[in-house]
Amino acid sequence: MAQQAPPISSPAPTRVTSVTVDDVPALAAGAAIFGTGGGGAVYTAERGVATAITQHGPVPLLAVDDLGPDDAVIVMSGIGAPTVGIEMLPSTHQVQALLDEAERVAGRRITALMAAEIGGSNGVGPVGWAARLGVAILDADGMGRAFPEATMIAMNVAGVPCEFAIMSDVVGNLAVLKTIDLSWLERHARAITVASGGLCLGAHYLLTAETAKGAVIEGTVSTAIRVGHALLSSSEPVAGVANELGASVLINGKVIDVARHTDGGFVRGSVTIAGTGSDRDRLQRIELQNENLVVIEDGEVIVSVPDLVTIVDGETGHAISTEMLRFGQRVAVLAWACDPLWRTERGLELAGPKAFGYDLPYVPFGGEAVAR
Amino acid sequence: MSEARDLSIGVDVGGTNTDAVVIDGAGTVIARTKQPTTTDVTGGIRAGVAAVLDAIGADRDRVSRVMLGTTHATNAIVSRRGLGRVAMVRLGAPAATELPPVTDWPGDLRSSVLAGSTMLGGGHMVDGTPISPLDRDGVLRFIDSLDGAFDAVAVCGIFSPSFPEQELEVASLVQDHIGLGTPISLSQDIGAIGLVERENATIINAALYGVARDVTLALETVVAEQGLDAVTFFAQNDGTLMTLDFAARYPVLTIGSGPANSIRGAAYLSGVDNAIVIDVGGTTSDLGVLVGGFPRESTLPREIGGVRTNFRMPDILSLGIGGGTIVDPATGSVGPLSVGYRIADEALLFGGSTPTLTDAAALAGTAIGGRSMPAVPAATRTALQAALEKSHRDLEDAVERLSLGRADLPLVVVGGGGFLVPDSLVGASAVIRPSDGDVANAVGAAMSLASGRADQLGDFEEREAAIEAASKAAIEKAIQAGADPLHVAVVDVLETSVSYTARPTVKVSVKAAGPLTRLSADQPVTAHSTTQ
Repeated sequence: MAQQAPPISSPAPTRVTSVTVDDVPALAAGAAIFGTGGGGAVYTAERGVATAITQHGPVPLLAVDDLGPDDAVIVMSGIGAPTVGIEMLPSTHQVQALLDEAERVAGRRITALMAAEIGGSNGVGPVGWAARLGVAILDADGMGRAFPEATMIAMNVAGVPCEFAIMSDVVGNLAVLKTIDLSWLERHARAITVASGGLCLGAHYLLTAETAKGAVIEGTVSTAIRVGHALLSSSEPVAGVANELGASVLINGKVIDVARHTDGGFVRGSVTIAGTGSDRDRLQRIELQNENLVVIEDGEVIVSVPDLVTIVDGETGHAISTEMLRFGQRVAVLAWACDPLWRTERGLELAGPKAFGYDLPYVPFGGEAVAR
Repeated sequence: MSEARDLSIGVDVGGTNTDAVVIDGAGTVIARTKQPTTTDVTGGIRAGVAAVLDAIGADRDRVSRVMLGTTHATNAIVSRRGLGRVAMVRLGAPAATELPPVTDWPGDLRSSVLAGSTMLGGGHMVDGTPISPLDRDGVLRFIDSLDGAFDAVAVCGIFSPSFPEQELEVASLVQDHIGLGTPISLSQDIGAIGLVERENATIINAALYGVARDVTLALETVVAEQGLDAVTFFAQNDGTLMTLDFAARYPVLTIGSGPANSIRGAAYLSGVDNAIVIDVGGTTSDLGVLVGGFPRESTLPREIGGVRTNFRMPDILSLGIGGGTIVDPATGSVGPLSVGYRIADEALLFGGSTPTLTDAAALAGTAIGGRSMPAVPAATRTALQAALEKSHRDLEDAVERLSLGRADLPLVVVGGGGFLVPDSLVGASAVIRPSDGDVANAVGAAMSLASGRADQLGDFEEREAAIEAASKAAIEKAIQAGADPLHVAVVDVLETSVSYTARPTVKVSVKAAGPLTRLSADQPVTAHSTTQ
């Protein structure tokens, strides 16, 4: 694919129209921020994307409004355990096999990919897959963050049915799933992932210009890149990231306790942060379930899922995932409002506190979610 | 002549100085020296060892061990000098083909190290299922295609730390094909789960064989020249020792031994097991944490020479605060430039014209080398005062960052610039300044234990069996590294859960350590060679 240089005479476009190799570190750092503690480590995905873009050129970034009648978008993601994901990396054939099978089942050409979740490695990898496959990437995702289950996706909130799903493993096995709903997809996909050695790539949710509108979270790829650039270029990275996200810094402090255990395939536990500096004498506890879900201070819930909570390194501003949390780390806790879709009745039913087993009413963080 | 063979010589080859100490059986430093480091390494070691042997005279016959710590391997990678050419074999295709070997290496390091690489069938999934059949012919074809233009072979199989047999099989295939003369580096011996990082460390290890040979030869040469009947050891990243033979096979494990040695030495000299340690040199202050007598290890991937690796390294925080750090006389801003070893000419205290942190400390009343501070302009005086306050604040911040949220840990100060650390510091329960702190690295090398670490993936239901298996392997590795089989013990167990497996799975990582086997003249330590 030829590199598309912008015409020299026209003013620089305010919107990002392609993802270049220079954007990859920012995309990775930003996606990690949106991972809210989960979503898997971004490093290997970052290297894979940089390699793919170097070989195949920048990836066109399409807004939902750019989709034409001939466009078809499929959602692609990696499914599996982060521990396996850092050891058994994908094969070069895996995404091509997914795309070919998706086009066969759908009976039409697929012109763009969308990330299921912008948070973590799944927010990064699809850009590289799009580069390899010669298709565009949609500037949107299905979560606006990271979530642990297939049901917790914007299209499911919006009531768009998922007609089929395809899974491919590292050795070349393909499975086509036509489940009656996303709960069954979650169950079957999990079983296939286990049979595949703990790691699969999946494609699902064929979307078009009509079905995507209002059913996906728009603008998240370019937002992740912007947040990442703010993180990497700011002299005060924590403030830079918070500013770009419109996030609040809940506390600056130190990790004084990390309690984690595995339960039903999920990492559950909590982390306690003691304030330092002007936050001295304050304590916050964050409840974890793969992602950071609930923040409690003085017995009060300050933030709860689906609003976003990310623990970042107090100095570098880089996100710290739940498995990397350690006693003694200097951190800042950022919180910001989720997409309005998650605050609907259906959104909260699928991904509110009760969906994670917390008997708490949901209190929106930071008032009304700001419209994009 | 005494019959006791209770003396150890510790040598630390630093960037500027080669320090040497002699320590007796009771752990007392009985001789010490600082010599300039030489480019050929041997010269500095020779001068250092000769100086301390002169100092102890006839007691030289009591020396039974020589321990060396060096940043030589690190420097070789950073400067891309003396590195071997490596043939890299990855096992596990078609998995991981999305990211071929050395994809993210700096170009100059890749071109000086890589003879060629291949991704072949083999490898395992997390549950032990083969990814694909081992491509034995492919291994031989790849080796033949390089036409002998390589110095070492690196082999990295997917999930080999859990399923090691296949890498071993490939090693013997290659040896049967090209003979035993070419060293082979296996990823299972180098790092934990994390393919790219472990593979990188394995390649670096293979590239360092030549450098390791030079340094081990330098030490053996000096020991032979002096006619010492002593066993030789190398210090490694975690503050423990390995035999020379082990160091020759795992040179990558010496990277990071410098800070580890100063932490261990500080521990020993101060007599504490849990503390924050600060080594203040001419240019930087390196802070580490001593936990149960060992340096705390970093859990984050570490870059060396621009390459991401995951081998274990001490968790070190470096600040640009040293005795030679330059203070701006106008603003009082601190560093990061330093006059370094030229401090004796350039600092104000020594009649020079460059304000340094040493001058700031002298101005504040610290006695340094019996000298008194010359008169300085009021503005410079103010700047120096501001600079000292700023560096105290930075030190306090750093101590607080490393203190594990506790305020009850003492701060042990070692290194030549230790006077920059105030006698009381927020976040530290006490400030301890052990004697001989300026040669703590060499002391650390001489006093270290031998250790080994092993990882194991296991069924959660049988996690105790997994811990037991890993413990057994770690103890074996520690004994190979020179530990006394009677006193070696498990010192650390880490557990991590693995999801998306058919059954709940846990990864355990166990470290064992112990004092070195006690020696007598007729009972030398024999280094067991690991069959590969």
